[in-house]
Order: sequence, then C-alpha cells, then structure tokens
Amino acid sequence: MKTFKIGGIHPEENKLAKEEAIEVFPIPKQVTLFVTQHLGAPSTPIVQAGDKVKVGQLVATAQTLVCANLHSPVSGTVVKVEPVPDMTGYRKLAITIDVEDDIWEETIDTTSEIRKEITLTKPEIIERIKACGVVGLGGACFPTHVKYMVPPEKKVDYIIVNGAECEPYITTDHRIMLENGEECLIGVQALLIASGAPEARIGIEANKPDAFEHLQRLASQYPNIKVFKLKTKYPQGAEKQLIKSLTGREVPNGKLPIEVGCIVNNITTTYAIYEAVQKNKPLIETYTTISGKRAKTLKNYKIRLGTSISEVLSTVGIPENTGKIVSGGPMMGKAIANINSYFVKGMSSLLFIDESESKRGVVEECIRCGKCVTACPMGLEPYLLYALATRADYEECEKHGIMNCIECGSCQYGCPAFRPLLDMIRVGKNKTGYMIRTRNK
Amino acid sequence: MTGNVIIDAAILLGIVGLTAAIILYFVSKVFKVIEDPRIDEIAAVLPGANCGGCGYPGCRTLAEAIVKAGSIEGIFCPVGGEKTAQKIADILGISAASAEPKIAVIRCNGSCENAPAKSFYDSTLSCAFAHSLFAGESACAYGCLGCGDCAAACKFNAIYIDKLTKLPVIVEEACVACGICVTTCPRNIIELRNRGKNGKRVYVTCRNQEKGAWAKKNCNVACIGCGKCAKACQFEAITLTNNLAYIDYTKCKLCKKCVSECPTQAITAVNFPAPKKEKIEVSTTSEE
Repeated sequence: MKTFKIGGIHPEENKLAKEEAIEVFPIPKQVTLFVTQHLGAPSTPIVQAGDKVKVGQLVATAQTLVCANLHSPVSGTVVKVEPVPDMTGYRKLAITIDVEDDIWEETIDTTSEIRKEITLTKPEIIERIKACGVVGLGGACFPTHVKYMVPPEKKVDYIIVNGAECEPYITTDHRIMLENGEECLIGVQALLIASGAPEARIGIEANKPDAFEHLQRLASQYPNIKVFKLKTKYPQGAEKQLIKSLTGREVPNGKLPIEVGCIVNNITTTYAIYEAVQKNKPLIETYTTISGKRAKTLKNYKIRLGTSISEVLSTVGIPENTGKIVSGGPMMGKAIANINSYFVKGMSSLLFIDESESKRGVVEECIRCGKCVTACPMGLEPYLLYALATRADYEECEKHGIMNCIECGSCQYGCPAFRPLLDMIRVGKNKTGYMIRTRNK
Repeated sequence: MTGNVIIDAAILLGIVGLTAAIILYFVSKVFKVIEDPRIDEIAAVLPGANCGGCGYPGCRTLAEAIVKAGSIEGIFCPVGGEKTAQKIADILGISAASAEPKIAVIRCNGSCENAPAKSFYDSTLSCAFAHSLFAGESACAYGCLGCGDCAAACKFNAIYIDKLTKLPVIVEEACVACGICVTTCPRNIIELRNRGKNGKRVYVTCRNQEKGAWAKKNCNVACIGCGKCAKACQFEAITLTNNLAYIDYTKCKLCKKCVSECPTQAITAVNFPAPKKEKIEVSTTSEE
C-alpha cells in the first residue's frame, strides 16, 4: 500500500452515505448561476433578461486564461442578471433563469450509450474541455484546460487521477467510481491523448475496496492505466501528497506538479471530461453528498447547477440540533453563512454537523506538545507560523515556508489546546502573499 | 620589589591608556560623522511613542526626514499635534502650517440591535480573517465585524469593543489620531475627521454601498442613498456616491439639518447637548 511519508492524520471516516446510489435531484423551478464558479477571473455573461436558453447553452464566457465557460443547466427564460448573495453572504453577479421544460441543445449526445472510441485529436480535446467549462471537481474548481496547456519544453510522464477522497463523509467520488467507472477510464484515456503522457496512475484509499477492485478490473483492458491502493490517511488526496505516494516524486516548493512531469485530476473530473469529449456535454451538474451523523436521509445527489440550497435542505430535512451546515468536507470545507444561496460547480457535500461538534473548544496556551508539527504533511511548524502571523512578522513567515501551507487543517484538528492555528496561518499566508507580490512588482 | 611591580604596572597602563587616547582622538577627528544637530533637537520635541502614525517607523526617522526635507509640509505628527508642529517649526526657523486636531470615528452603527445576527461566528480572532470568510454575522458585507482588530492595533488604548453593541468605541481623550486603526480595519470603516468645535461632529455611520433595499435588508440604520441629506444641506457638504452619503467635515457647519432629515437615522451627531424635551422626559420617569 502506497502513501506519503511526512505528517498526516486519521480523522473519523464517517463515510455514511457510501451505499447510497447517485440519485438525480428534480429540476427546480428557478436556477441562479453565479459567474464565479471556478478559481480565477469571473466569466462574462452573454445573455440578458428575456433571452430564451436551452440546456447546455453557453451563458457566460471565459475572457481570460484562468477562467471557465458557464452553460445553462436548464431550459427557460433568463429573468435577470444581477448580483445575489452567495454562500458567504457577499453579493456576486449571477444569472437567474426561470425553468420551462427540459429542452437540450441538439449538439449534446443525451443517450446513455458508452462511447469508447476517442476520435478527437490532442488540441481538439483540450479545446473541448475548455469549451465545456470543465473545472476540477475535487473542491478547488481550477479550470481543467489550463493544466493541459503544457509549455513545450516540459514533458508529462504521468497523469495522476485522484480517487482517494480523503475528506470524511463525502462519498460522491466513491459512487462515481462504482457506477461510472468505465466512463471515467475513457476520460483518463482522453487526458492521456491531451497530454501525451505514456501512463496514468489512479490512487484509491484502502477504505474503498469495492471501488478499487472494480476500477482495477476495468483498467485491465488498458495497459497504460494502473490502479493503486493508498493508505487511508488525510490528506492523501492533496495534490503534492498524491504525487509523492504514487510516483515517489516531490514537487519543489512553490512549483506546480508539471515540474516533476505530473498532472493531477480528480476522478469525478475525469467523468466530466468523458462527458465533454465523447458526448459534447458541458459541465452543468454537480455531485453532492448529503450526510451527517444525525441526517434524516443520506443521499448522493446529482444536482443541476444553480439549484437553491434551501430547496435541497427542505427536501432532505434539517436534523434537530444542527450547529452548522458545511459545504465541501469537514476538514477543508466552509460553513454556509447564507443558506439562501445556490449550488455551484464542485460543491461536493452538504454536511449537517451536530451542535455539540460545531463549536470550538476553549482556546488555551500552547503546551509545546508538537502534535501540529508531526501532523503537518508539508513539514512545516504550524505553532511557529501561528505565532509569527499573530505578530505580523511576515518576513519571518516567508522564511519558515508559510506559502507552502496547503491549508489542510491537520494541525488544527489534533491541537489539544484548540488553538486556531490554521485560521491565523491563513491570515498570515494571505498577507505574506501580498507582501511577495508587491515586492516583485 | 613589590613597590617596583606596582609602579611598573601603573606606568605601563598609563602608556597604553595615553596611546589609545591619542589614537582615538585622531580617529574621531578623521572619521567624524557630521550630523545635523537639529535632528536631535527635533527628536527631543517629538512624543517618542514610536507609534508610526506619521508614516515613518519611529520618531527619530521622522526627525531625520523633517530635517532632510527642510520643511514640515505634508509631514505631521498626529500625536504631538499642533504644539509639536510649532516647536519643530521654531527649530527649523519656518512658520508652521496649522492642522486641525483630528480623531478617529467609527462609520458603522450596525449594533446587535440595529443589525441582528443571522449566523453565528465562534472565533473572535481576527477581523481580517472573518472578512475573508464571510459577509459577517449580520450579513452586511460593509459593516463592522466586531472582532476587534482595531482595538488590538491601537497603541494608546483608545478603542475598545462595547460588549452590548459589539461595536468599537473611541475614547475621545485617548485618541491621538495616529491612524493605525484606519489602515487595520479590513472594511475601511474608520476615518480620521476633524475633532470639531467643542468636539461636535456630524458624520454618516454607514459604509454600505448597496442600493437601498439591499442595505436596509440587513441593517435598520443603513444609509439607503436617498439623497435627502444632500438636498437639505445648505453648505454643499454632503455628496452621494455609490448609494452612500458622505459629509465633508471641512464644509460641514454642524447645523444638524441632515440628522433630522435622514429617514434611517444613518447620520450621527456627537457631543451636542441633548434636546431639552428629552431631559424633561428622563427626569419624569426617574421620579416615577
């Protein structure tokens, strides 16, 4: 079993919804699409109030490099293009569409038939991924096509596919691997063509033996795809840790995986790539786990983008004594400050966290136990970075590698004094990054 | 024998001391650093708090900068105020430009009552962090977060967070208008304004730039950008930009017309004597 060496923790897995097959959530009456559903610049709306749209029609375009296209997930009439409060409460520009019927664009193949043969060429595949607005569905929502615009002097040795799903509770990747494993592998084949890499490696944590066996059996027909079992350890699915586990290579500080000849994609992203390349279907849905220790129903939903969160919550019911609702995993996700918001790309979970578990413990003095240092998968010293960031000594923060922090939260998870290590490190990282950028200008 | 040793030692040390003194004398002559004596004089006049309010790292660097520039135009020690400026001007032999004494004001009135919390944030760690996380407990994306970054940054203990309103309060006597709170606040709520006659000030206690309906949704005392105050003002002191009124303190004549005109009570007047009617009411209730 492969794994990374430095740090890591083992939180309670709580993969409660792993037996629940993916269900399609009914199409809502109205959807609201934020134009910032990805990392990077907001896309530019190209529709106005009153316009008729079909499912899969382009409604906002990418104007800059790190940006993604946005397509209508429903058919109907555009009501307004106005800022709307998002999950954090800040107002962001959004396109609101009233739903009428379910009419798809003719160019999209809506049949369920699996199309194995890839007819597109390398540049065509990248162009298609870009046109279909595919972003990384592991949580960061980085536009996928950007990863494949490899500078000519660099060579890609491995496509790394992340099936680790190391965040507790979330089970959508697991279900995708079981239910759509074959499509995922075709997606990986498309990525191999797009990058020119000779080999793809898929890593799956040992707590999903069924998915591992299923994918290994399917992968036996492709000599260039290898499936590996990974130790169940958080953050196994983090980009740099996964590369270390699967190839033994280490990404240098401040560099991208391409430096060591790797490109990393999430397993659900490969499914979205399959749909884009083989079916010409843009990314208009998100896969979401509804879970929690006291959740009334456990679900793995396929939800159209822009569906109201409160609508989904009223369908599944909010359990009593819910302290907070977290989107995107208990370790790295964020508590939702405004539930009158809407689903966006890559929103992989809605978790009901019990009141008893949702509050911070009483913060006490650091007892120098060093648990945070042993837990840090990047080999940093979180207690020190915390102190430096509190003192606003950003020069020292930089020296001690604050910019290498992947914000996985392992340090804060194990701290016996409940110190808000990651919170302060995030502040420090933000300020240090600003300092470095202004210095380089 | 013993006497000889003592005398030898004294003579030897005397010679060493003398040689060293001669060397030091010539070295100090040759390598003398000529420093303007005014730097020391000015540094002695400055408060010595090294607060950084002037924009320089410390009082001595400010003194150096003043002497280098030869004037105090554009340079001002907010702590020392006009008196210090006058003293510095005397040292430099120039006339001091007068600067009105200033004070920091909080331009948000979104207390727990006026802007009820819609969510709960259980870390009172840092406004900067809360600002990056979400719009705030009241869901107003422009309002005070109440985590107290300004109070922590203040070196003069002039700001504290009121426990009831969860808003920062400026201690008028302690504030020296160094401006560190202004740069610390992630939402630009704090502004340095003239202290005004007898401490009387009129200002808009809101930073919300949303349209009226959105602003009012989260806070009862938000500026809705109706422009009534701007129309009422006879001195053209009020401007309206991005649905938000702003009172120019250099033009304001403290007539308080805008205060009574504002439909949402988003304009605050401080240090004015309380209206007589209210006083009577208070006294009657206390009697009862």
